[in-house]
Amino acid sequence: MSERPDFSAFPDAKGHFGQFGGRFVSETLMAALDELSAMYQRLKDDPQFRADFDYDLAHYVGRPSPLYLAERWSRQIGGAKIWLKREDLNHTGAHKVNNTIGQALLAKHMGKPRVIAETGAGQHGVASATVAARLGLKCQVYMGEEDVKRQRLNVYRMKLLGAEVIPVTSGSKTLKDAMNEAMRDWVTNVDDTFYIIGTVAGPHPYPQLVRDFQCIIGREAREQSLKQAGQLPDALVACVGGGSNAIGLFHPFLNDESVAMYGVEAAGDGLDTGRHAAPLSAGRPGVLHGNRTYLMEDDNGQIIETHSVSAGLDYPGVGPEHSWLKDIGRVNYVAADDQEALAAFRELTQVEGIMPALESAHALAYTRKLAASMHPDQNIVVNLSGRGDKDILTVAAIDGIEF
Amino acid sequence: MSRIKGCFERLAGQQRKALIPFVTAGDPQKSVTVPLMHAMVEAGADIIELGVPFSDPMADGPVIQLACERSLAAGTSLHDVLDMVREFRQQDNQTPVVLMGYLNPVEVMGYPAFAKAAQDAGVDGVLLVDLPPEEAVEVKPLFDQQQLDMIFLVAPTTTDARIKLIGEAASGYLYYVSLKGVTGAATLNVEEVAGRVETIRNLAKLPIGVGFGIKDADSAQAISRVADGVVVGSALVNQVAANQATPDAINGAVSEVLAAMRNAMDQH
Repeated sequence: MSERPDFSAFPDAKGHFGQFGGRFVSETLMAALDELSAMYQRLKDDPQFRADFDYDLAHYVGRPSPLYLAERWSRQIGGAKIWLKREDLNHTGAHKVNNTIGQALLAKHMGKPRVIAETGAGQHGVASATVAARLGLKCQVYMGEEDVKRQRLNVYRMKLLGAEVIPVTSGSKTLKDAMNEAMRDWVTNVDDTFYIIGTVAGPHPYPQLVRDFQCIIGREAREQSLKQAGQLPDALVACVGGGSNAIGLFHPFLNDESVAMYGVEAAGDGLDTGRHAAPLSAGRPGVLHGNRTYLMEDDNGQIIETHSVSAGLDYPGVGPEHSWLKDIGRVNYVAADDQEALAAFRELTQVEGIMPALESAHALAYTRKLAASMHPDQNIVVNLSGRGDKDILTVAAIDGIEF
Repeated sequence: MSRIKGCFERLAGQQRKALIPFVTAGDPQKSVTVPLMHAMVEAGADIIELGVPFSDPMADGPVIQLACERSLAAGTSLHDVLDMVREFRQQDNQTPVVLMGYLNPVEVMGYPAFAKAAQDAGVDGVLLVDLPPEEAVEVKPLFDQQQLDMIFLVAPTTTDARIKLIGEAASGYLYYVSLKGVTGAATLNVEEVAGRVETIRNLAKLPIGVGFGIKDADSAQAISRVADGVVVGSALVNQVAANQATPDAINGAVSEVLAAMRNAMDQH
């Protein structure tokens, strides 16, 4: 990079990260987004709001999450030291709850009695249902019919938490269609409903506010690295579907020029097969779900179906800030395929006794290669964004085991 | 003068209101659309809104979602839709045609290329559902250059300040979305619509078309008494869907619904 931008100055007032981001929605939602923006701009620096958020993260979520040195795995690979940022140990089992705590606080301030959410793997749905239960809000979660099948455990968890899961049967029946349906719901019920978007995509101000809520990951990791490793990490690795766990880890390090960053997309059956979910690696810019970003689309601008073994990465778009970070060259975007992710899932489980989510396993798969190319005195921090319990049925099915 | 402006002025002179049917281009197959456009004009349409199919129509209900799916399954692209307008223009040089859809297919074609191709084909206006005026700043001059009217939505939630902003950015007409929700939803409250249309009239100097929730001759008539134009979409697309196996019957079925609306609207 020739000139380093001031990363904290983005997005601009209209939600743009360079040419990406923005607010591409139908008119009915514009007033609601203006209202949300105004509320967020007012609250984000409000000491009471921040104190409430920090309190919930500490006492409800269980933060800070540990930074764990995976000694045995690092030794086995024989390269850099690998540190796992243990978001899997959060209440509800993934990083998603950091964001839903924040958005639920916003919903409360805005007096909205009902929340809706979209979910892919179900982690965001569970995290939304969880905060809704705690605050006594009505909660409906849209989930692609395909994902409802893949993630039956999380569907039942949401039901136990009192949320209604609405299977979405349109389009590819996965995360993007769940997001379409949640948008349709929001347009219809905009007066009393708060839409808790689960990732750093969607219309402004969502990419900004979800990022800000998730930045707790990177702030902690930075402090923990300095304390535990005595230095900043040489590299950060995180999986990228919509990209909220990745931006949460990366953002507080963006101004640390010595820290290299790798966002790992889902290569599915392989980038050259077309059956993947890697818009940054193999897509191009377009407009979907309220923002301009890299997309998986055909020559006519139609969104194409994605494929990944992990429901949480099975999305044809990506947060606009990632698109920008790619174009300016600050973050490297790479991909890991289904087989590599499954191998990493098994390896971490067996070597460290930590079962990662299949999403996080994509980051681990790339970490494995990266670590091998580095020296033992170097450090990698990888975001272990969620735990793998939800994926046991998927992996069992691959192993030919039925429950 | 643009065809759209001319159309509203002519109708105003006759004390009539514009009937504006919407159908998705290429639904259920490409060959259906141009004859259907002519049939709709025959049945009393003043302006045609032609839907450009998109894989993820977020502002539409199930009726138009399925129309998009049928059209895409038939292989309809934005290029095809422009070809249909070009073909329509060979016989009809008077009826304004507005392309309505989502931004991404246009984005992929490229704005200068699209604006030029649309003008060449005989398109009069463009309504991109997910392009609010704030994001249209760079696009608008390109459309203006090609004399394409940019039509924007106004919603029940739109503030007065935004109505002014939209009124300044738009040309042709404003499309007032009569209810919160997606296309094809619920029933509308005519009194409420009348109040909103009055507000819009005071803030913007363009004809106002009202859409969403207009299902039959009665609702078309009621809305025509308060607005300058009546947009009807899902009710027609339902007819297309019902006759998808017998495409020859589509023109008749759509025309019947439209003609009843026309009659009701023209009764004083």
